Amino acid sequence: MKKRTQKRTLVKIRNLDRLFDVSKPFLNRIIEREERKILRAVDDVSIDIDEGETFALVGESGSGKSTVAKMVVGLLPPTKGSIEIDGIDLSDKSKIKELRKLRSEIQMIFQDPFASLNPRWRVEKIIAEPIRSFALEKNEKAIIAKVAELLTLVGLDPSDGRKFPHEFSGGQRQRICIARALASKPKFIVCDELTSALDVSVQAQILNLMKDLQDEFSLTFLFISHDLSVVRHMANRIGVMYLGRIVEISNSKDLFENPKHPYTKMLLDAIPDLEMSGKDRNPIEGEIPNPIDPPKGCTFHPRCPFANERCRKEIPMPIKSDSSIITCHGVEEGRIGKE
Amino acid sequence: MFNKIHDNIFRALNSDFLYSFKHSPVAIVSFIVALTLVLGAVLAPFYAPHNPFDPATLNLMNGFSAPMKPNQFTGEVFLLGTDDQGRDVFSTILYGMRISLFVGFAAVTFAMVLGVSLGLIAGYVGGWLDALMMRIADVQLTFPGILVAMLIFGIAKGFTPIDQRDQMAIWVLIIAIGLSEWVQVARVVRGATLVEKNKEYVQAARLNGRRSGGILIGHILPNVLGSVLVIATISLALAIIAEATLSFLGVGAPPTKPSLGTLIRIGQGYLFSGEWWILLFPAVTLLALALSVNLLGDWLRDALNPKLK
Repeated sequence: MKKRTQKRTLVKIRNLDRLFDVSKPFLNRIIEREERKILRAVDDVSIDIDEGETFALVGESGSGKSTVAKMVVGLLPPTKGSIEIDGIDLSDKSKIKELRKLRSEIQMIFQDPFASLNPRWRVEKIIAEPIRSFALEKNEKAIIAKVAELLTLVGLDPSDGRKFPHEFSGGQRQRICIARALASKPKFIVCDELTSALDVSVQAQILNLMKDLQDEFSLTFLFISHDLSVVRHMANRIGVMYLGRIVEISNSKDLFENPKHPYTKMLLDAIPDLEMSGKDRNPIEGEIPNPIDPPKGCTFHPRCPFANERCRKEIPMPIKSDSSIITCHGVEEGRIGKE
Repeated sequence: MFNKIHDNIFRALNSDFLYSFKHSPVAIVSFIVALTLVLGAVLAPFYAPHNPFDPATLNLMNGFSAPMKPNQFTGEVFLLGTDDQGRDVFSTILYGMRISLFVGFAAVTFAMVLGVSLGLIAGYVGGWLDALMMRIADVQLTFPGILVAMLIFGIAKGFTPIDQRDQMAIWVLIIAIGLSEWVQVARVVRGATLVEKNKEYVQAARLNGRRSGGILIGHILPNVLGSVLVIATISLALAIIAEATLSFLGVGAPPTKPSLGTLIRIGQGYLFSGEWWILLFPAVTLLALALSVNLLGDWLRDALNPKLK
């Protein structure tokens, strides 16, 4: 691992909330006498991401990790809370010029490499889009040279620029997406389920490419994934999300070796492991509750083996220590983690 | 540059599209019929026996000549006979088809421009604007298209001065037919836009600082054009029929510049007095034109729909 001389916080997320109105249309509500339905996708999330590190958000489907990602890059406005990147608040409309510059420094790579490239555009045009849009190169010749350089950088051939996206495999398409993300010289890249649409052999190539690129351009990653083995390979720090809330943030090593929160333990127990072959794994019990009507108190209590009366009533507050944050009554009281 | 053209030609020749065309006899026959008719109409001034729009070339003595038989007064022979004013039916069909096709193409272009832009905006912006536009479209859909066209035609006619009515009639027709057909286009484009705008490449473009206009034109429009092409072809057949219907009812192209519909209207007056050719030949031409374009549209819809392959 690289030695980090200075630890500067690049991304500062504070008390982020995002509500979605999932109620039926107005007329149906009146006729069927239904209340408005509000889904709380993200609930009071605070994260700091240091420059040059890889922060991973993990959790089951529906835990709100993709929503966090979309808010961080500015595709979705937060309902409440603030996101500050490189010292600039994303919602600060008075700094339009700085925001536009900041836009070019934040990039996102999407889950589905088949939907994230316009099928009617040639690859060279796709990769050149950020360069043209942010006017990063002086003339057409420089753009062409830059596109060729980017294609080589991600392990493709410069002549591939003449092709259309459908002529590539999933892994190659993801490489094109990475080239496009790098085109605007970003500092911060959000990877939303980067490898979940790829097969395992290709996953490793893409992840190693990302690591190399991170070293070369000192990039900061926010890595969204449900695949813990991917996360273990990539992340410096990990945040575990459950039902829109962060239940545990810890260093990658600590989290895997010494998980504190009962939900993190459940997740880790469910990882398929070669050494465990033959033995029974503990699958995660139960399902994630309906976020429209979340459980009272700690949202994890219906599935938690350690839940007591307090967990059912009182929402736990984050407990901060020097390297980790845990949101659990049991850990706070010392009931959990001392077996 | 040469490479690019070469690439495109190569891609076109190898496409599924062409394969599907080669393996569909209906499409090939319709294409040949439609092409013959369109070329025949476009090139009419070069080979038509005479210009039926020019009264100086007409001889009333030639009236009611039967096809391929010498006229009883002048002895002239006409391929498809003549009508009441001595106009050669073959020439009037060619020139009439020019008007029918021009009105058809222009009306469809107008409907496309209107429908595609409104559909794109409704789908992309969403919210109350979308709701408003789609409710207007719904209301218009409850009336038959021909009725809407007649209404618009009537209103527009009221606004044009009497001495310009004949010249304006064709433009009014185009606007009337275009306005009655934009709804289908707008709905299809809106639906396709709703699908495309949530795809990740659009989100990526937004992240890359593209503005809504650029995204709509650069990203979404090219991806919804496939479905537009299909409706455009089918609408062309509908527009030609709508024009013929309006002209048949006497509210379309004027008798001095007859379209196929006007010719059929003129001809139906003589059907039972034995001069069947005045009606039959324009009617068959209209049928062939509308049917071939429609069948082409049907084939196009299937060929562009990957689920049917």
